Amino acid sequence: MYVAVKGGEAAIEAAHKLLAKERRGDASVLELTTDQIREQLSLAVNRVMSEGSLYDPDLAALAIKQARGDLIEAIFLARAYRTTLPRFGYSEPANTSAMAIRRRISATYKDLPGGQVLGPTFDYTHRLLDPSLAGEGNFPAVEKTETGDAEVSPHVAALLNNEGLIEENLPQNPDADVSDLTRGALEFPADRDLRLQALARGDEGFLLALGYSTQLGFGRTHPFAGEIRMGEVEVSFVPEELGFEVPLGEVTLTECEMVTQFAGSADAAPQFTRGYGLVFGHSERKAMAMALVDRSLRTAEFGEDVVAPAQDAEFVLSHADNIQATGFVEHLKLPHYVDFQAELVLLRQLRAEWEAERGKTDGASPKEAAE
Amino acid sequence: MSSAPVYNFAYLDEQTKRMIRRAILKAIAVPGYQVPFASREMPMPYGWGTGGVQLTASILGAGDVLKVIDQGADDTTNAVSIRKFFEKTAGVETTSLTGDATIIQTRHRIPEEPLTADQILVYQVPIPEPLRFLEPRETETRQMHALQDYGLMHVKLYEDISRHGHIATTYAYPVKVEARYVMDPSPIPKFDNPKMDMCSALQLFGAGREQRIYALPPYTQVTSLDFEDHPFERTKFEKPCGLCGATGVYLDEIVTDDQGGRLFVCSDTDYCEGRRGHETDGGVL
Amino acid sequence: MKPPAISPAFHDVSRQSQAVFRAIMQAMAQPGRTGLLDTGFETPAPLAPGAAAILLTLADFETPLWLDATLSASPATTDYLRFHTGASLVSDPQSAAFALIADAERAPPLTAFSQGTPDYPDRSTTLVFQVGSLDGQDWRLAGPGIKGETVFGVSPLPAGFMQQLQENNACAPLGVDVLFASQTRIAAIPRSTRIMEAR
Repeated sequence: MYVAVKGGEAAIEAAHKLLAKERRGDASVLELTTDQIREQLSLAVNRVMSEGSLYDPDLAALAIKQARGDLIEAIFLARAYRTTLPRFGYSEPANTSAMAIRRRISATYKDLPGGQVLGPTFDYTHRLLDPSLAGEGNFPAVEKTETGDAEVSPHVAALLNNEGLIEENLPQNPDADVSDLTRGALEFPADRDLRLQALARGDEGFLLALGYSTQLGFGRTHPFAGEIRMGEVEVSFVPEELGFEVPLGEVTLTECEMVTQFAGSADAAPQFTRGYGLVFGHSERKAMAMALVDRSLRTAEFGEDVVAPAQDAEFVLSHADNIQATGFVEHLKLPHYVDFQAELVLLRQLRAEWEAERGKTDGASPKEAAE
Repeated sequence: MSSAPVYNFAYLDEQTKRMIRRAILKAIAVPGYQVPFASREMPMPYGWGTGGVQLTASILGAGDVLKVIDQGADDTTNAVSIRKFFEKTAGVETTSLTGDATIIQTRHRIPEEPLTADQILVYQVPIPEPLRFLEPRETETRQMHALQDYGLMHVKLYEDISRHGHIATTYAYPVKVEARYVMDPSPIPKFDNPKMDMCSALQLFGAGREQRIYALPPYTQVTSLDFEDHPFERTKFEKPCGLCGATGVYLDEIVTDDQGGRLFVCSDTDYCEGRRGHETDGGVL
Repeated sequence: MKPPAISPAFHDVSRQSQAVFRAIMQAMAQPGRTGLLDTGFETPAPLAPGAAAILLTLADFETPLWLDATLSASPATTDYLRFHTGASLVSDPQSAAFALIADAERAPPLTAFSQGTPDYPDRSTTLVFQVGSLDGQDWRLAGPGIKGETVFGVSPLPAGFMQQLQENNACAPLGVDVLFASQTRIAAIPRSTRIMEAR
């Protein structure tokens, strides 16, 4: 006796309950607060803010908790919320030269105005598990260092620019509105502003792998980390009715400028070129990978041949969004009975025809494809 | 912490609806052409019907009666989930009866019962570009559509014939609309293709992840691609439905045991239940 | 001097714009068939409620709007449309997403407006004509959306308009789509429609 499958609704409800229970885990263990996540898993919060394109540490922390630590799921929650928010307009460009720097390093100059500021970095930690963190972690008191809040830290690229050694970084179309792929369909060819937006929202792992591939010869650009800086930047907005800038607050940003070689052409003297990365929060790996890929995607601009995946804007931009990617990969979980049935019918038919054909030739030499 | 969010009727904000509505009108005016639109992130994953959901949300009114099917069935989990979404965000009446619905959102099937001029069929589309598997680049395929250069598609279909003796595409079988655009009918089985031709209902197609909307107005010519010596053939089933006895319908294959036991039943559950007089909830044989 | 108050439009934007959109969509999907528009509001002359309802439903800050001489000469009309839609008014018909024509008899040729491109035929102007009557029987229409043939006619219109529509159709998928709005009703002829003289 066959009973047709029913009860999708009940199954979904039961699944939601199980999910909530799993999220909580062992109830005898204290529940995590979103404050704890925001303060102690801050790099996860930063990643959710940057790829979720929503600067809100509290909501990012909530999303991480709700997603049971699955960061792509948390990014999805942030995005789905963000898309419902009313749009008031676009902020003024953030001035990263005026950043209140917490970290700033250059791999191209030993010392430079503003100095090197190591800041809170994993870079020179020895990756040894620290058993003391398993309990209540101790943390050292931090003394405020001398180095200047007041001191100006010009961009390394600006220093090179003084000598004309590096390309100017002018907007492609200064008069055009800035592109926004959250308000228009992605179109090719994509200008650099649109590409940078897509990269800033793009998946860290995907960009990391692509950036890595350019270092190993798939579209090599000979990069130097001209500068990486992280700190707080003021964001301001010009309301239409006021007509002047109003500060909205501060955001933490990580910025990376890669300096890469360009041999020059008939029209342009040899000079350094730039790859740029800018992301919310302290997200250094992402900013660096973004800068490498940005430079790679400028291949055509410099009259170079597109020979590697990281240079192919259509390939990179179409696949960088982890929310699109995870949705489409995971949609394979949805039922496909109908298409599968269509394939079954065809396959059985093809096999029957093949058997019949083989029977006819009495098992002699394998028959070529049917007529 | 931000305050609890309040959502608009049918979830989407009015500006988003306007943008989608404009795209729908263009899609209707140029049947079979894929109109780019600024697809929004929806609270369900890309690839799970976000295009169809955005279309439905943009056309839906308080007086509509909504039916949602996946694989022909109203009770598949994703159909349930989408139906609940609209019950919650728009408070509209829903139904499983094809004849009672004013809007039917579907994934992978066209109902067996012929649609009427008062109905709108909304398809969820994963990959709207029929040429995508032959040419991965959007820049190239856009050119091909502009120039009506569909040679690549014909070569592919002909290669099928020379290898297998017939065209080996069984679902998402490409169609030509009003002798102009080659269009992907979404992954419906080719069995359903003839239902699109001169259909009385308006058919809308939404691909959220791919940011495309396209349409077939009622009474639009839709031809499945074929060759004179190898005409399009509809998939045929040898047996009638094991539950209602219907023939000439699309069937699901149910594995009943591990001894090779198979049961073939209607994929359109409402149609099957209708024939059995809606007397049972579970469909017992 | 105090500027005159702008009269209100939809009182329930979500519900009314949905109803008007469905009427527009049905009109576009079934060329030559007329439908009712929700027009329970007043508009400043010479802007008629039917045409206004269409623009209130479709136009916003993303859609440049072109107005004919009659409408753009009326500050009450331009203020009303600017305020309620947020659309920027443009003088170049080629850059318009929507064009609104009150003086139908003196409308510029359809080819004055954006026709779209072979890559993006959707990037063409949608024209809205304010007309008196949608009950004419001058034309036979055929094509997508029409079962067999249907009879349709609009007045007033410029001389030779049928020929313009025929040429517009001959260029499809390029070309413009035309909406006709009377005080309370709507009908459409998209570029896909074939037009012939009525028998």
